[in-house]
Amino acid sequence: MTGTILSWALGFALACISVAMLLSLFRLVRGPTSGDRILAVDTMTINAIALIVVFGVAYATQTYFEAALLLAMVAFVATVAYCKFLLRGDIVE
Amino acid sequence: MSLAAEILIAALLVLGGVFILVGSWGLARLPSLMTRLHGPTKATTLGVGGCLIASMIFFPASGQAFSAHELLITIFLLLTAPISANMIAKAHLHRQGHRIDPNPSDDIVEGLPAPPAGGDWATFQGGEDEPAVRRPPQTE
Repeated sequence: MTGTILSWALGFALACISVAMLLSLFRLVRGPTSGDRILAVDTMTINAIALIVVFGVAYATQTYFEAALLLAMVAFVATVAYCKFLLRGDIVE
Repeated sequence: MSLAAEILIAALLVLGGVFILVGSWGLARLPSLMTRLHGPTKATTLGVGGCLIASMIFFPASGQAFSAHELLITIFLLLTAPISANMIAKAHLHRQGHRIDPNPSDDIVEGLPAPPAGGDWATFQGGEDEPAVRRPPQTE
């Protein structure tokens, strides 16, 4: 199906995204402030979206796009909710 | 699939992967949150955009139907990245200004800057005279 150049590029992209997720995980564990952890979770979710998209290209399937779209929306709502909690001490007032 | 399309998709994938890696590297490497915000909000969003454009070229080039899903995700990410970054920065300024976080960074001592005339920031008053986290009222 996919040629040599494309399969090499897919492998490279998957490796890059995996390392990026590990670096975000390091920041999530390390902290030191709550803002850092929120940012790390947000970055990990965006990396997961990229991983899903690259997987879709690797397996030539469009099944996973709904998952990526849902993840994008949930990640945004989660980040805003976390920040709102830090600012207000409450989410739904 | 033609060789030109394959090379274009491969280049976009490699570029996207490198940008995502650089964004997360900045997140792990830079010294404080205000600098760390730059990596994920700019580089990572651009990298995801590259991967999504590669996917958008791949499916029509390999004979499958064109779908607008990728475009939708790209627009959504480009719209939401600055908003979430702004929220994180605001929460961080607030917490650093009121010395709620254990490890002060960025040398922030005064909290949020003064809002435009007549308005007020939507934050609770933390610090010494107020509790760090405002609890919801107790229901008996």
